[in-house]
Amino acid sequence: MRISCPYCGERSLDEYLYIGDATVTRPDPAGANAQADFYKYAYERTNPAGAHKELWYHSAGCHAWLVVERDTRTHEISSVETAKDVALKRNVAKGGA
Amino acid sequence: MSASQTNRITGKGLIDRRKPLRFTFDGKSYDGFQGDTLASALLANGVVLTGRSFKYHRARGILSAGSEEPNAIVELRAGARREPNTRATMIELFPGLEAHSQNRWPSLKYDVLSINSLLSPVFVAGFYYKTFMWPSAMWEKLYEPMIRRAAGLGRASDEADPDTYDKSNAFCDVLVVGGGAAGLMAALTAGRAGARVIVCDEHFDLGGRLLSETQLVDGKPAHDWVRAAVAELRAMPEVQILTRTSVFGAYDTGTFAAVERVADHLPKPGVHQPRQRLWRIIAKQCVLAAGATERPIVFGNNDLPGVMLASAVRTYINRFGVMPGKTAVIFANNDEAATTARDLATVGVRVAAIVDSRPQPSAAVRDAAKTTGARLVSGVVADAKGRIAVKGARIVPAAGEAFDVSCDLIAVSGGYNPNVQLTTHQNGRPQWNETLAAFLPGSSPKGMTVVGSAKGTFSLPDCLAEGAQAGAAAATAAGFSAHVPQVPKAEAESYGVVPMWRVKEAKHKAFVDFQNDVAASDIDLAEREGYRSVEHVKRYTTLGMATDQGKTANVNGLAILAALTGKSIPETGITSARPPYSPVSIGALAGHHRGKEFKATRLPPSYYWAKEQGAVMVEAGLWMRPQYFPRAGETDWLETVTREVKTTRSAAGICDVSTLGKIEIQGADAGTFLDRVYINMFSTLGVGKARYGMMLREDGIVLDDGTTARFAQDRFFMTTTTVNAVKVMQHLEFCHQWHWPELDVQMASATDQWAQYSVAGPRSRELLAKLVDAPFDISNEGFPYMAVAEITVCNGIRARIYRLSFSGELAYEIGVPARYGDSLIRALMAAGQEFGALCYGTEALGVMRIEKGHVGGPEINGTTTAADLGLGKMASTKKDFIGRVLAGREGLKDPSRPALVGFRPVDRSARLRSGSHLLPKDAGNFASNDQGYLTSVAYSPMNGHWVGLGLLSNAASRMGEIVRAYDPVRNGDTLVEVVSPVFFDPEGERLRV
Ligand SMILES: [Zn+2]
Repeated sequence: MRISCPYCGERSLDEYLYIGDATVTRPDPAGANAQADFYKYAYERTNPAGAHKELWYHSAGCHAWLVVERDTRTHEISSVETAKDVALKRNVAKGGA
Repeated sequence: MSASQTNRITGKGLIDRRKPLRFTFDGKSYDGFQGDTLASALLANGVVLTGRSFKYHRARGILSAGSEEPNAIVELRAGARREPNTRATMIELFPGLEAHSQNRWPSLKYDVLSINSLLSPVFVAGFYYKTFMWPSAMWEKLYEPMIRRAAGLGRASDEADPDTYDKSNAFCDVLVVGGGAAGLMAALTAGRAGARVIVCDEHFDLGGRLLSETQLVDGKPAHDWVRAAVAELRAMPEVQILTRTSVFGAYDTGTFAAVERVADHLPKPGVHQPRQRLWRIIAKQCVLAAGATERPIVFGNNDLPGVMLASAVRTYINRFGVMPGKTAVIFANNDEAATTARDLATVGVRVAAIVDSRPQPSAAVRDAAKTTGARLVSGVVADAKGRIAVKGARIVPAAGEAFDVSCDLIAVSGGYNPNVQLTTHQNGRPQWNETLAAFLPGSSPKGMTVVGSAKGTFSLPDCLAEGAQAGAAAATAAGFSAHVPQVPKAEAESYGVVPMWRVKEAKHKAFVDFQNDVAASDIDLAEREGYRSVEHVKRYTTLGMATDQGKTANVNGLAILAALTGKSIPETGITSARPPYSPVSIGALAGHHRGKEFKATRLPPSYYWAKEQGAVMVEAGLWMRPQYFPRAGETDWLETVTREVKTTRSAAGICDVSTLGKIEIQGADAGTFLDRVYINMFSTLGVGKARYGMMLREDGIVLDDGTTARFAQDRFFMTTTTVNAVKVMQHLEFCHQWHWPELDVQMASATDQWAQYSVAGPRSRELLAKLVDAPFDISNEGFPYMAVAEITVCNGIRARIYRLSFSGELAYEIGVPARYGDSLIRALMAAGQEFGALCYGTEALGVMRIEKGHVGGPEINGTTTAADLGLGKMASTKKDFIGRVLAGREGLKDPSRPALVGFRPVDRSARLRSGSHLLPKDAGNFASNDQGYLTSVAYSPMNGHWVGLGLLSNAASRMGEIVRAYDPVRNGDTLVEVVSPVFFDPEGERLRV
């Protein structure tokens, strides 16, 4: 697998670390069901066969966390964005931050 | 010509007769030529018996001339370089080559274990599962050693591999796999367009079948055209030719794995030359021109030496100038019979019969029979005759009586299987083609085009044209302007295959998988026992599971199974081919990552000084750290460590703590950020102060601990434990970039930038005062416990000083830019001499932390919460932080969860062992009585006995209770008392003075 880091260009898989699902977001710790929400956030994962958004870390490169959309069946990568940009957009959408 | 090479044909072949080479096989000397393989040289010398088979120890010879070889498997070289299971057909002859046959005892000709043939009912399909089941102890003691000896998979050398292996990355526009007719045309066309081309071929010369056939290309012998094509490629600066290189895996994003046998054709690698090189090739486009593999026909005794694939027969004749027999019978289901008969007759081999299994032998075959004077039979060869070599063939005509023909060679062709393996490595499924009776590439990976016989195109003019088109298309797709050139002229050939998988008239064992000794009868049995799925039959019979990956076996086996189950071949399916396409040595995969070079070694700044002092080093992750500093006269490590602890606690001790992770954290929101990652508050920390902090994972379990100092309102300096330095950095960046990107905070690892020493003990202040530049006030009032400052030392060297203590003594940590680390340890030791200061290692560091009850790696072990470690009260209730919510789960607050306490032996002379399980005093040794375990133990010099930290259920209410520390692994069973985890200076008076 080769991932195109927005900062460093297309680099080999060995430079990256994988953490997993980018479709889950840290819940509101002050929410009414915070404990149940955090439980889901920490443990519950779908396991899609097909397109999936995942968090990858360019550990042997620029240290950026990336949101990579990858087909889990073929490793085909359809998009890469920095996690920071995705998170900023997400927070704006939530009306937070 | 050497007298021994009785089968060498005068004036034929591409070998270099000016360069004779001497080699040995099973201890006997032979001669061959440069350009021979071991297989061709053996055949030249009349050696047809090359080994015994895996299960039945049947005599086996050379079946093929390529990487598909399942029979002629030998041990190559001797001593440390001995390598088992190498294919004689792929070994290039070199001077002094030494090879041995496998699976024979005591000798190849008189093999005692060929009695296995008589026991063959024992070795039928599924024999591993049936025979060697009970009792299980027999497996280890009897069955496995017996199978290993009898089934001889060759002997690996016991010595360390003396060779080196390299790894390389390459990038190209067009990767061409296979340098035969189609591959050469593709490479030439793409190369002429200016594309960066890499051509890989597993053989030592490019040319593929063109080197083995007598066809003309552009009116010249094919190998002349090859020579010109290769010369043109070599002259192109952007073209790289990798011969002796097998592309064994096709991965996503145009990534390919290949292994280049750099020096396997030499007696031994040259100085600084790797034996093999693993290539990772990143290609924009790939042209797969991997050719096709001829398949045998399954008839009786079809494994006898002297039964050879027809294409291999032609290779030995035309390429190597070797006559593989004197009298031949050709058995085929296609027109290769005609070419083979002509090539044999040309070099004087008598073609006794051509047996054509097709309903009607083709005109080409009829014609060849006439020219060569061969008897043409419409029918089958039912059995090969002979004991250790072919003596004849039993032929069953379509009409009429069976009869025998004397011969010493049976050239067999069951048609061709395109080498589609690389198209399937990413789940591509080959498609069955009824006309060609073969699997052709289905979908191939993105950017890959299949050409030539790998695609089922068996006629030379078509192969050349396809290669040219694919080369132009690939170069164009990679951004070059390419055009399809005039293709060289060649004559079209006929094929006309009609399936013939298994000769039902066979009387003897008929083999499908030669290397794993799987016969057609094994598939019959598997089918009778209910195995119908091809994947099940494969595993039950072991068909196709040997190192040849069933290249000559799989399709035949599949067809036989299909016939048995009454299904079509596509309905029966095909097993998946996975990387590697051909065997790859572990050495090549490891490359330079062996022994000490397996991973990088990190040296702390005081390393060389410590070595000078005779320190004993210990690996701590990647770091090499001083473990202790023995002195003359000391007899064991405990004596040394005890002295180091006592001296530190009575005078001064210095320890290199540079390995701790160090992270600069800056920005207006740095305090807020730290509040969110630590369980305790950092935004309230005063400038010029440090605080101990603990961070959790989101699931509430402790991630790491350490101290963080604040040098300015917006500037913090965090330390982590040595082992978690990388993980914490990653975690902080994750939290910032993914959770709270809006925070104004930046961080950078500074672990390697600072050399940092702990200076501990009652004399540490006096010691440091000698190095700290005026006017900095190091007194207790001027620089109290937990103060930090940016200062200079040793006349102007920038430094950071921290009043921190891990040992429990009055102590400091002093950091200087890493390049001063060596100077500083020397300066510290010189300054400390008058106070009796010493340097201590990781052992004394550990002893002092256990004496003080500080948690370390064994306690922060991925299962413990802050509360488990007695630090629950540190958690702030005024803010959220990572792990807060889930740490509040009921199960994690259960008081019966094992929590940190101290232990001391009731018998003060007893030794404690970490890992000992804690049981109630009078309880039995049952897991159900387990209440925790000892995490860290040490001999405490200050207490004069062993002390331990551990995790114990309901710990808070059990002070003073006596429990058992039970250690069945080391026969330990010690009564211990539950005590406070702080064994020394419980009030902490020593560190605030
Ligand atoms: Zn990057």
